[in-house]
This record gives sequence, C-alpha cells and structure tokens, in this order.
Amino acid sequence: MDLIWDGIKEAFRIIGSGDYSVWEIAVRSILVSGSATMISLFLGILVGSAIAFNQFPGRNLAFSLVNTGMGLPPVVVGLIVAIMLWRSGPLGEFRLIYTPSAMVVAQTVIAAPIVTGFTAAALRNLHPKLRSQLYGLGASRLQMLWLVLWEAKLPLLAAVMAGFGGAISEIGASQMVGGNLAGDTRVMTTAIVLEVSRGEFAPAIALSIILLVLIFIVNLILTTVQQQERQS
Amino acid sequence: MKRWIWMGPLALLAILMALVMAACGEGEEAPTQTPQVTATPTQSSQASASPTPVVRGPKDVILATTTSVQDTGLLDVLASEFKKDTGYNVKAIAVGTGQALAMGERGDADVMLVHAPSSEKVLIENGAAIDRRLVAHNYFLLLGPAADPAGAKTANSAIAAMKAIYDKGATFISRGDDSGTHKKELSLWKEAGVDPKGKAWYEEAGQGMAATLQIANQEDAYILCDKASYLSQKKNIELIVIFEADPAFLNVYSVMLVNPEKFDMVNAEGAKAFADFLVSEKAQQIIGEFGVDKYGEQLFIPDADKTYEDLGVE
Repeated sequence: MDLIWDGIKEAFRIIGSGDYSVWEIAVRSILVSGSATMISLFLGILVGSAIAFNQFPGRNLAFSLVNTGMGLPPVVVGLIVAIMLWRSGPLGEFRLIYTPSAMVVAQTVIAAPIVTGFTAAALRNLHPKLRSQLYGLGASRLQMLWLVLWEAKLPLLAAVMAGFGGAISEIGASQMVGGNLAGDTRVMTTAIVLEVSRGEFAPAIALSIILLVLIFIVNLILTTVQQQERQS
Repeated sequence: MKRWIWMGPLALLAILMALVMAACGEGEEAPTQTPQVTATPTQSSQASASPTPVVRGPKDVILATTTSVQDTGLLDVLASEFKKDTGYNVKAIAVGTGQALAMGERGDADVMLVHAPSSEKVLIENGAAIDRRLVAHNYFLLLGPAADPAGAKTANSAIAAMKAIYDKGATFISRGDDSGTHKKELSLWKEAGVDPKGKAWYEEAGQGMAATLQIANQEDAYILCDKASYLSQKKNIELIVIFEADPAFLNVYSVMLVNPEKFDMVNAEGAKAFADFLVSEKAQQIIGEFGVDKYGEQLFIPDADKTYEDLGVE
C-alpha cells in the first residue's frame, strides 16, 4: 500500500514542481490521441452515414464488420501498421516510423471502428422520416447531413468519448510504431510502462494518476457540453 | 444561431490537427526547452538543459539496442551528449537483442548496440552489418532466494552452480525472449551439459529484465541478470547474489553499423558518427563513470581501447 501512497505523493510533487518533461508528455498524449479521434470522427461520419442511410445487400454484414473492428486487439493493429511503416515495408520511404504521425495512424485504426460503430448506430436510430422531411423542406445533401448529425449529436459525443478513451489508453501499438522516444514519441502510457520496467513504481503510479485525471478532465468537458445541449 | 458556435471549436481542432501532422511529419521537432534526456522526474538531475537547435533533413539515426542499456538510463545520457556534439538525433529503439539484430538485418535501423557476440558475428558474416567494435562490458550475476535450495552458492564455478540448480530442480526464471541475456543463459546450460527446456521448474517469461526479475522475486526463484539491472532493481527485490565474478558470466557490448550498401535508406554518416562517438574518449569516460555516485560501483566497464581477444571473446 505504501507504494500507492508514494505514488500519490509523487504525483502531487510532479504537478507542484511543474516538471516540464511530464507536461510535455501529457500534451503529446492529448494531441496524438485527440488527432486520432478527430480523424476517426471524420471517417466515422463518412462510413457510418453511408451504412446507416443506404439499404444495400450486405448491410448487416457491414455493421457486423464495423462492430468487430471495435474488438481489434491494439497490439495486432500496432504490429500491422509497424510492418507497413518500417523502412523495409511498403510505406517505408515516407519515413513515418518512430514519429508521432505513425502513432496517430495506429491510434486512428484503433479508434475509427469504435467511432464508426457508435455513429452508425446513432444515425440508424434517428426517425426514418427525418431525412425525407429535410429533403422535402429543400435541404441539399450536405445540409441534410449536417442537420442529421446535429440531431444525433448526443450519441456522437459519446462516440467521440469512446474513441478518445480507446486511443489514449492504448500502449502496444504506440510502443511499436512510436518507439517511446524521449522528447519525441513518448506518451503517458508508454512512459508508465517504461517506469515500471525500470522498477520505478512511485513515478509509474504518479504518471498513472495524472493520466487518469487528464482523461477525466477531457471527458468532463465533453459530457458537460453533451448535457448542456440536452437542456437547451 | 447556437449551432454555429460549434464551428469555432471544430475549426480550432482541425487547425490543431493539421499543425500536429505537419510538425510531426518531419519527425525531428524536439521541444527545445526539454531536458532531452528524460521523461521522468526522478532522473531530471541527469538531464541537460541547454536547448539544441532543431536541424531538419537526414539528422535522425535509428539505433536498435537492448533493454538493459536503456533501462539503466545510460543511453539517455549518451544520446544527449551526442546530440549536443553533432546535432544528430538518436532514436534509440530498445528491444531485445534478437529483435535489434532482426531490425538490422531488414535495414530498419542504422546502427546496433547489442550484447550477443556469436549472433553479432552471424550478421557480419552475411553482410548485413559492418564495422563491429567493442564498447564496454559488465558481468552477469546469478540471483536467487536467500535460502538457496540448490546450494548453488557453494558451487566452485558458474557452470557448476547452474548444474546444481538443474539437479535440484529449483525454480529458474528465464528471459525466454531471444535477448542477449537469454542467449547467454542458454549457452551456460549448454556448457553445463543440460537442457532445462520443458521442465516444470523452468519458466520462460518472455519479457524484459525488470519484469522478469519481479517474477523471480515473487516466486523466490533463481535468475540470470546483468549487473547494471540488478543494481538499479535491488531496492525492489529480495533476491540475493548467489554467484558472480566468473569468466563465464562476461557480458560484452558491441556496436555495429547496418550495411549501407545493402539498404539504401540507412543513414550511413549518422550511424558511423554515433559508433565513433561510442568509442571516443568522451563517451568512454561517461560510460565508465555512469552510476558510480548512485550505486557505488561501475555499471559498465569501458573497453574501446581493448580487443575482443583481450576479453577472451570471439
């Protein structure tokens, strides 16, 4: 138990001393996972609305595939993305391996199915007549999409939170494609694993607490926005 | 009107994203104020604080190395000094020796710092690596429970100690991950003339040194460990040193360049610069002094002035 106490004390010490290197890792975690979530949202809306709005043979199969994607083991995603991005791999000449961009790619592959699945489900649950009504009122395709998304913004926010949670808590893929390089591709989760492997448990617990607080703050903001919209 | 408020944050996020992708695409943006060395508060005393100008272009050197060098913190210090001197940004990918050598064979790294002499020679022979040079050495230790059920402490050599463990069937935790430590352990069993694979008391962890040490610690088992890792993990474990200071426990670190003629994306100048740096007086002094004030003894003994024969290694 004193290991956890030491960790809590270390967490306060880190925050209090304003240790720049920890701050830098935290900001990078938010940026990388945030970018991955945003790209996933874009893809999720594209694919999710395509599946939800159109009747086509194999629609149920498409839904199943997206939902299966939610259960993709992140380490498998990391391995495949790494093989693609290695210098010896097909995308090697872009020299993306061991950069934050590679981590964004890997985390997008992990978060995209989550966000797509939630989005497709949310759009599918809208009133079926809503779209024809909008068209009837003279909306263009783009306006229809925007208004429909606005209608579904509550579950969409849930999709974003789920996608972000999946991306920021991810270790295996980030380690493999990023390399956990100090000042370059180290994020909170990989830093925690490094501290554990160094036997420095108090800093590891401290970083864990800071990560949890960060995730909580992000979700608090998103949930507040979500709940405020409900009241308006 | 309220819905248009969303455009603001969305646009901001899109711009942020674009900035991140653009900035990180180069892969060399280093926050100039950060102590480049470390990400953890406990080690910030070792960090260098002087900002280094960010250099664009082929200034990245991918170093495939072992977890034992990374986890002790030595690599962070060396990489930061190297960057101050030459501007090259060393991307140290710390994996097991097996994976490090595999990276070299695929051309996915520019330079390798590993500790498995016989496997290193294979790469030199098949042309995947060139210019192998001695950097440093330390010794492995046999750690185990204070009770010493196998009586290995009183054995008259390292090999005899390993044999004693085998004969007793005492729990032994192996790295099991094709690392330099694992390869050394297998060669020791071989020299003892026994094969523990498949035995109930022989457990293969498949993880790094610290994680495997914890397993051995929790299970009161014997384990082969390098001195540097032992010293830095000592406070977390209750295992004691059962056997040490035997020539069979010699642990030699070498640096090799990935052959640029075989792989055209290799940063040949950067790799050579780093290898030259490792055997330079400055780096050798850093290596020799590393950890002395913290642990009271050397973690690595610098060897650039010696040959492989001097140490009794092929």
